[in-house]
Parts: sequence; structure tokens; C-alpha cells
Amino acid sequence: MDVLQKSSERIPLSQRPEYADVKPVPQDDGPNPIVPISYTDEFRETMDYFRAIYVADEQSHRALQLTTEAIKLNPGNYTVWQFRRLVLEALNADMNKELDFSDGIVEGNSKNYQIWHHRRWVAENLGTDASTRELEFTKKILSKDAKHYHAWSHRQWVLQALGGWKDELAYCELLLKDDIFNNSAWNQRYFVVTRSPLLGGLGAMRESEVTCTVNAIMEHPENESPWRYLRGLYRNDTQALVKDPQVASVCLKILTAKNNYVHALSMLLDLLCHGFQPSLEIRNAVYGLSDSGAQGSDLVKVVCSILELVDPMRANYWKWRRNMAPAQAAQCLKDDGLTGLSL
Amino acid sequence: MGELAVEKHVKFILTIEKEKDSFESVVMEHIRLNGAYWALTTLDILGKLNTVDQDEVVSWMMQCQHESGGFGGNIGHDPHLLYTLSAIQVLALFDKIDALDIDKVSNYIAGLQNNDGSFSGDMWGEIDTRFSCVAILSLALLKRLDKINVEKAVNYIVSCKNLDGGFGCTPGAESHAGQIFCCVAALAVTGSLHHVDKDLLGWWLCERQVKSGGLNGRPEKLPDVCYSWWVLSSLIMIDRVHWIDKEKLIKFILDCQDKENGGISDQPEDAVDVFHTYFGVAGLSLLEYPGLKAIDPAYALPVDVVNRIFFGR
Repeated sequence: MDVLQKSSERIPLSQRPEYADVKPVPQDDGPNPIVPISYTDEFRETMDYFRAIYVADEQSHRALQLTTEAIKLNPGNYTVWQFRRLVLEALNADMNKELDFSDGIVEGNSKNYQIWHHRRWVAENLGTDASTRELEFTKKILSKDAKHYHAWSHRQWVLQALGGWKDELAYCELLLKDDIFNNSAWNQRYFVVTRSPLLGGLGAMRESEVTCTVNAIMEHPENESPWRYLRGLYRNDTQALVKDPQVASVCLKILTAKNNYVHALSMLLDLLCHGFQPSLEIRNAVYGLSDSGAQGSDLVKVVCSILELVDPMRANYWKWRRNMAPAQAAQCLKDDGLTGLSL
Repeated sequence: MGELAVEKHVKFILTIEKEKDSFESVVMEHIRLNGAYWALTTLDILGKLNTVDQDEVVSWMMQCQHESGGFGGNIGHDPHLLYTLSAIQVLALFDKIDALDIDKVSNYIAGLQNNDGSFSGDMWGEIDTRFSCVAILSLALLKRLDKINVEKAVNYIVSCKNLDGGFGCTPGAESHAGQIFCCVAALAVTGSLHHVDKDLLGWWLCERQVKSGGLNGRPEKLPDVCYSWWVLSSLIMIDRVHWIDKEKLIKFILDCQDKENGGISDQPEDAVDVFHTYFGVAGLSLLEYPGLKAIDPAYALPVDVVNRIFFGR
């Protein structure tokens, strides 16, 4: 029986025969507390009874029930959750039922570390059998908030500890179809591509991933995430990024369209600093964006000047890039093993 | 530009108990130690720490300590790294760290380091770079960093570094400004900032500033005053704070004040709370808003408190 169906239907603990022998222990906040708290009567009574059971270390069914009620009143109370785990262990409780309980609590409380940690503990107890259920559970949370940090953290843990990688890339694609701006989904995509034991790793996946990413960029050039993802695909292999015609091509298209081109310019800047030889078309596209019609000058400096104007909040960053450019270019070439070649 | 309503905020902090029976009051019971840290540090930054009875606070706090040496969030709560740091920070504010059995507390903290260098929050084993930060800051303030394997701790944090230069809660987790603060502060305090790609991370961090001037915590999310701390302190620690528009951020924070009743909220027009009040004031301090005490970006304590610990006496 759920004794907390409605506040008005709740039977006070003092009136429940099964708790008759429990002497409630009141909260001691000390005199004039610096951050003093006020309590409702229901909360006060539940916690007074919980404290009695906790202090007596009673690991019984009525103790479990008390933790249920205390958690429902305040799911952030980590001490109650911890005691609940001790009781669950002592009672050798059904862990699947515990997941059911957790399902019920999450509604309205999903940004709570305790709930997720408890879930992980329960799932760990169940082992790989829990994988499907936990992936479904996080999917449900993510369907309401697709960037939910705890849900993603739990999902990553489930995949690595309990398995279930098969459909993960497809799931990322689904989420990105829903919202191409979802940085969490891009992050998960990278997670899958680099860590899934079922895929070939970054090297094998790179080409197809670049194509998908470039398509996403074309859809919304102002979207920060795919640009970062693109750089991530070429981690430790910048020369391959510089040489990939898809990358140069997408920059050119966006610069020519003259719309939402900040990230494209930023990418071009990075390419140039790594020895990229811009085509005449790219040069002209850049000059076309510059008011001063700075033809023939150092393209890096022109790009930075434009960025200072169109992204004024980060003007200092772009100024710094402009000043760093010659030294940076030399260093990049050195890092990429191209010392000795002249630009 | 608006002004910081200092008197109102002080009043707000000193009288939050007037919120009778509010759900927020009820749910804060178990994290009262965090609340004390937020409230007291804010008062100190505003130059009003003396309005509080030190002895009462310290005596209450010491009752939150366990046999193990760790502190719980309130009296009768289990020990956890998070509240242990808050206790140390509050004692630091009052220059009462010597009220602690330092070896006992540091042994508790050191005992929570795992083989891979990570830290669990408590005996239940939750791992998160937040706990690496909290453990390292705590031990640094107690001058007992030698009790842990610093190299392994650093290696674990570095394993949480992502392709965008940021850090997540565990390896592979999405970069998030809060986690980035935790990792950068821990690396700063252990002299390991060379592991950070400052230009790359600095760029990611400065991209958090949105049109309104506020900062978000991840791409395409809404700005929130608390990121004025997480993002800003990170930028300062890696020496890249000039890459954001400071004036616009100051304006955003000031717009989040409740100038009538005091307190600061996450966004303009939202309800205020002590958490966001602390982060708003601390953020303004980092931005060198006039009349505020300087705050240390790694330890999140006033600079004079940190200096007293490391250079005083």
C-alpha cells in the first residue's frame, strides 16, 4: 500500500501500529543556525522516525518503508539512500523491483546525483542482464531532455560496464535528426565511434563520419558541435584534415553563401595555420567578406580581421590569433613534421 | 549599467530562514554545510563576515564530523568528500583550520582514492572528476597532498580530457563547464596545468558567452549565472579571461539580481537562491567589480584567506 498517495490520505507514523515501539529522534540544528531551515510537519515526522531507525541501524522491512517515504519527501538526502542500500543488502531484496522503485522516483527529480548513483549500484548488482532495461530507461529520460547530463553519464557507464553497443550509433543519428544542435549527441557519437568494440575504431569510421558531419554543417553552418566533431575526427592527424577536400569544400561553400560563416572562417584559419594552400576561389570568397577589400595581403590576417568584426564578443581571441599566426604556422608545421618545407 | 545591491544581498543571506515551509528550505537540510559555505563566502566577499557568530557555526559544523574524519552535509548525515571540503573552506574563512585533527581528515580523504587515481565521493563508490577536485583542494588547504598519489590523480583527470580541450565527469563524458572547473582547479593546485591545451580550452570556454552576455555550460544551452563562476575561474586559471567580453558578463550578472528582496538567480527574472547568489557575487569578484574582496579562482575562497594559509604566520 502506498501510504503517500495524497498528503491528506497519509497516516502519520505516530498512528501506525508497526512503528509503535519507535522513539522518533528530532533534528538538531544547533542554536541560531547560519542557514536555518523550516520544515513541514510531514517531513519532520518522517525524518524523526528515520533518524531513530538509522541510529539503531535497524535493517528491516519497516526500515525500508521509511526510506521509501523519506526519499519521496526529499530525494536528495544521500544519507537515506545509503541506508536504504544497506537495508536492501540485508534483506537480499529483489533488485528488479528496486529498479521499478527508482523509475517512480525519477519523474520530477531527474537532476539528482543520488538517484543516478543508486540506479548504478542496483544495475551493477543485476549485471549484464540490466543492460537493455537501463538503455531503455536513459532513452526515456533523454526523450524529454536530450542533453540530460546524468542520463548520458549513466548510459555511457551502462555501455562500458554492461554492454549493448549494437544500436548506439543509430540512436545518436536519431537524436541528431531530431536536433542537429545537440552537443551531447555529438559527444556520444564520438564515444561510440572511438570506443565501440563492434565498430572498427576511428580510422575505419573516419571517411563516412566526415561525410555525415559535412552534411550537418551545410544544414546549419552556425552549429558549433559538428565543427568540433570534424576536428575530433582528425585528432593527431592534422595534415589529413588539411588535405581532405571535403573540409576545404564545405568552407568554400559557406563563405561564398556569406551566411553564418564565423565557424567556417575559424576552420579556414586553423587550416591555414597548418599549411593549407588556399585556392583562388577560397581567397576570393574571403576577400568578398571583407569590407576593406584587402586583396593580396596575408590571408590569415584578413580572416582574423573579419572575425574581429563579425564576432566582437571574442574580438580579443581573434586579435590574439592574428598576432600568433606567423609563429603558430611555423610551430604547426613543425608539429606536423613538415619542417624544412617552405610555405 | 546597474549596480550590485550589496545591502540587500547581505540581508537576503542572513534572513533566508524567513522562507517558512518552502520546499527549497526542506530539501537543503542534508546539504546545509554546502549552504553554509556559499552563504559565508559571499558575506566575506561583501566584507560582512563579521555579522555572523563564528563560534556557533564552527561548533555546529564540528558536530557534522564523523569518526572516520569525514564530514556529513548536516548533523546525523553520512560523511562525504563534498561536505568535507565545505567544512575545511568554512574553517579557513574563520582561520580555524587548526580546530581539525588534520591527519584524521586527510586520511579520510586519501582513503577514497582508487587504483586508477580517481576519487570516490564516499564509501559507496561514485566516481566523478568533481571528487578529484574536492579531494585535491581539501588536501592542499590542509597541506597534506603528499597523502595521495598525485601523479595517478592527475593522470585520471587527464584521461577525462576531450577532443574539444574540455573535461567531463568520467572518461568520454561530454565537456561541461562545471567539470572543467573541477579538473582545471585540481590541475592548477597540483602544478599540472601543462596538461591543459590552454588555447583550445580557452577558445571552447570563450565560446560559452552568448548574445545576452551570459555564459552557458555547454554548446547550445542557456546561460546561467553559476557558469559565471565555472567558466570564468577556468579562464582565469589558464590565463585567457581576456577572450570574453567582461562588461557584457557583468551586466548579465547584475540583471539576475532581485534588487528589492536581495539574492541572485540563474537568469534574469527567475527565483533567487543562495547558490546563485554566491556564484554571481564570486563571478563579479573575478571580474574585478569594485568594492568586492578578491577571490581565488582555484580554491574559491577570498585571496586573503588563501594567502593566510599558504604564506601567513
